[in-house]
Amino acid sequence: MPRPGFVLDVDKSTPPTLFWHGEGFRLEKLPPDRSRVIYAPEPHEAIDDIDGAIRASLLNPIDMDPLPSLLFPGMKLTIAFDDVSLPLPKMRRPDLRQRIIEQVLTMAADAGVDDVQLVAALALHRRMHEFELRHALGDRVYDAFEPRGLLTQHDAEDPDNLAFLGTTDQGEEIEINKRAAESDLLIYVNINLVAMDGGWKSTAVGLASYRSLRHHHNPTTMEASHSFMDQHASELHKSTWRMGKVMRDHGPKVFQIETTLNTDTFPQPFEFLSKREWEWNAKDRALFLGTAKSVAKLPARTARKIFQGIEAPHQMTSIQCGEVEAVHKVTTQNVYDQQLVEVEGQTDILTMGIPYICPYNVHSIMNPILVMCTGLGYFFNLYRGKPLVREGGVVILTHPTTNEFHPVHHPSYIDFFEEVLADTRDPHVMSQKWEKQYAEDDWYRHLYRTTNAYHGVHPFYMWYWGSHAMKHVGKVIIVGGDAATVRKLGFTPASTMNDAFEIASDVVGRSPTITHIKTPPLMIADVK
Amino acid sequence: MVDRNLQRAQRAAGVAEDAVRRATMPLRNFGFPYRAPTVPRGVEVPPEVSGLGAHYDTEWARRPLASSVRTAMVEGPVRLAARVLASPEIVGTDRLADLAALEDPPAVIFAPNHHSHLDTGLMIRSVPSAWRHKLVVAAAADYFFDKKWKAALSALSLNAIPIDRELTGRKSSDLIKRLVDDGYSLVIYPEGGRSPDGWGQDFKGGAAYLSARTGAPVVPVFIDGTGAIFGKGMKRPKPGRTRVVFGAPLRSEDGESTRHFNSRIEAAVTTLGDEAITDFWTARQRAATGTSPALTGPDHTGWRRDWALAERRKLGTAGLRRRQQRRWPDLG
Repeated sequence: MPRPGFVLDVDKSTPPTLFWHGEGFRLEKLPPDRSRVIYAPEPHEAIDDIDGAIRASLLNPIDMDPLPSLLFPGMKLTIAFDDVSLPLPKMRRPDLRQRIIEQVLTMAADAGVDDVQLVAALALHRRMHEFELRHALGDRVYDAFEPRGLLTQHDAEDPDNLAFLGTTDQGEEIEINKRAAESDLLIYVNINLVAMDGGWKSTAVGLASYRSLRHHHNPTTMEASHSFMDQHASELHKSTWRMGKVMRDHGPKVFQIETTLNTDTFPQPFEFLSKREWEWNAKDRALFLGTAKSVAKLPARTARKIFQGIEAPHQMTSIQCGEVEAVHKVTTQNVYDQQLVEVEGQTDILTMGIPYICPYNVHSIMNPILVMCTGLGYFFNLYRGKPLVREGGVVILTHPTTNEFHPVHHPSYIDFFEEVLADTRDPHVMSQKWEKQYAEDDWYRHLYRTTNAYHGVHPFYMWYWGSHAMKHVGKVIIVGGDAATVRKLGFTPASTMNDAFEIASDVVGRSPTITHIKTPPLMIADVK
Repeated sequence: MVDRNLQRAQRAAGVAEDAVRRATMPLRNFGFPYRAPTVPRGVEVPPEVSGLGAHYDTEWARRPLASSVRTAMVEGPVRLAARVLASPEIVGTDRLADLAALEDPPAVIFAPNHHSHLDTGLMIRSVPSAWRHKLVVAAAADYFFDKKWKAALSALSLNAIPIDRELTGRKSSDLIKRLVDDGYSLVIYPEGGRSPDGWGQDFKGGAAYLSARTGAPVVPVFIDGTGAIFGKGMKRPKPGRTRVVFGAPLRSEDGESTRHFNSRIEAAVTTLGDEAITDFWTARQRAATGTSPALTGPDHTGWRRDWALAERRKLGTAGLRRRQQRRWPDLG
């Protein structure tokens, strides 16, 4: 029986707490009697017969007919799937997308469907490399569809392959992938790593164009999303649900497939990363020391390669298919069942260790913008109810935060960091003054469409993602980061955790309460 | 003095010559008990139970010492030979990932098509490591176990167990049931023997019967290319490429007859064969419409059959010789 999440009140006998620090770690002693550490629930049991569960789900969807009865000869079938940003870390082969799509294709073949296309739902993300597509879909599907041009990656800047579906009652335009829009059936294969994923957000974001995305990926919507993990309190989700309504009336029939994973995040020899520190045995301690010391001595590039190579043992805990909203309701509950941790009250200081990975630097570099986005955009939003830190409180991140960017994956990030952040850090101002220029830049557009670059506007979205946190907290400190880079982000650098507490005392006084959210593994704090 | 020495030497030489003559005297010159007894007239001698063929006891080959020797052979010479002769490309093992990930992977029955003696070595090398070291191979009792040295060599090197080709005798199936219960997986060729002409043969029900009897799932496997490298009748192997495609495990359904289960296994291997020369989607579509190219080839006879085989082989890279390394001239 897996143990639920746990909030530890730190006392004098509590061992130092493990903090992520990019491709490294820190052990920090938190002040006793006013600190607490939130530990994620232990992984739930995965389904034994995954292929059997997938088949049963396809044959018994929620509020829709069984998949085989929706398939007929002569139809146009499109299968969209989540891109490389999910799941994190990448899962061991075979990936769930491969398992599901192979079964869907088998049913399509049995039904005599000839016109099938696969679309990677990239939105404005970078195009996936061949090895990433092979990992997600498996060699069989890749080899069958890619050479014939039937495996495509959504291009949000291709006017010939976008279809305008209509406008919501609040004036939000919906423009999605043309092939998907004109299909008799659109099957969307999700991996719902967190509660934010899935629902109408899959199609309304994953297959949309900039014209459509700008209606919800903006500072006003992001600031009003409290949080992204709670659909009913998230303006982002409300916007995509409004778009979903238009899609239901004017778009293709959507057969939604959503899956949830357990939080079994780290394989051997990194299992100690999922364990509570006082439960580390001699082997765990030896592995920690060996890993931490050797990683510290390795060149950054090599350390990155080792960590990016981690394939997580997480596995499917549920699958549900059918009508989008009905399916998503069940999925969200399943994610909550795995990830919710009850937490009493807010804190003055929230600390978080930023790991080596986020959805936008898979096989890439965690640049300073992504450090901000991971801390203030993702980890800060891992709550339901109220933020973990009180309004005006302090957030302390630990990460090396070097001035390093992946020139192929993140070209516009480099200019954003040098040009936009030098001018303003206010999301609203940059959205008005700079966003259009980056979004419509021909060179960035060219790189997005023809290479493996994120869209020109993507760094803005990353900055907006943290706008709720930036508005909410009084100060952000990064421990162990490159001082000049941290200052450029508008944050305060600190060499040690004690220095950070000292700096924070200007804002929260001399004896603040401190909460450390120890993630990954992923969790959602249910703050009462 | 000299004469006496000469006489002694002559006597010694005579003794030695006599000893050599006796030692080299043909055995037939000795009688019973050095030779088999003659049979009295009117008496019928009961046939002796042969320790060869299906009766060969292979228990010794699964003991720790023999297993260690075999592991060394499989990871060394067998692996090297498979690589040099057949350059195998192994695909589809992800279909077994769930079973392999279990703490104690259950025994399975691998059912590949059969074109060459290379198939067994290739299978042993290709089977995922979860099963590789507890694997027995069903080998034709009349071919591999007809002589003591062949039987011992087969049992030691391949962990082969003798099986009747034509009927799965009680003795063979009892042995296999016992081995499966002990966690051994089995490689059995449902065609019963190597292809005589490069095309497949109809599947016999051995794998289906054994699966139903033991409860172990059947993993269909298609081996492509070995027929062209060292097919039946070839005097020496012609190195080339091969492709081993593993399918998803199949289980006998409740109330399903062995005959029906066997036809499902054959259909699965046929689809994998199609997948090996086309792709997953095309193979699925053709399987759904019943138009997968049959393993047994066209119904023609004679040269048209060979012609069709050549056409099929052209569709894949398996069986072809590896491309020669380009040699650049030495320009000094």
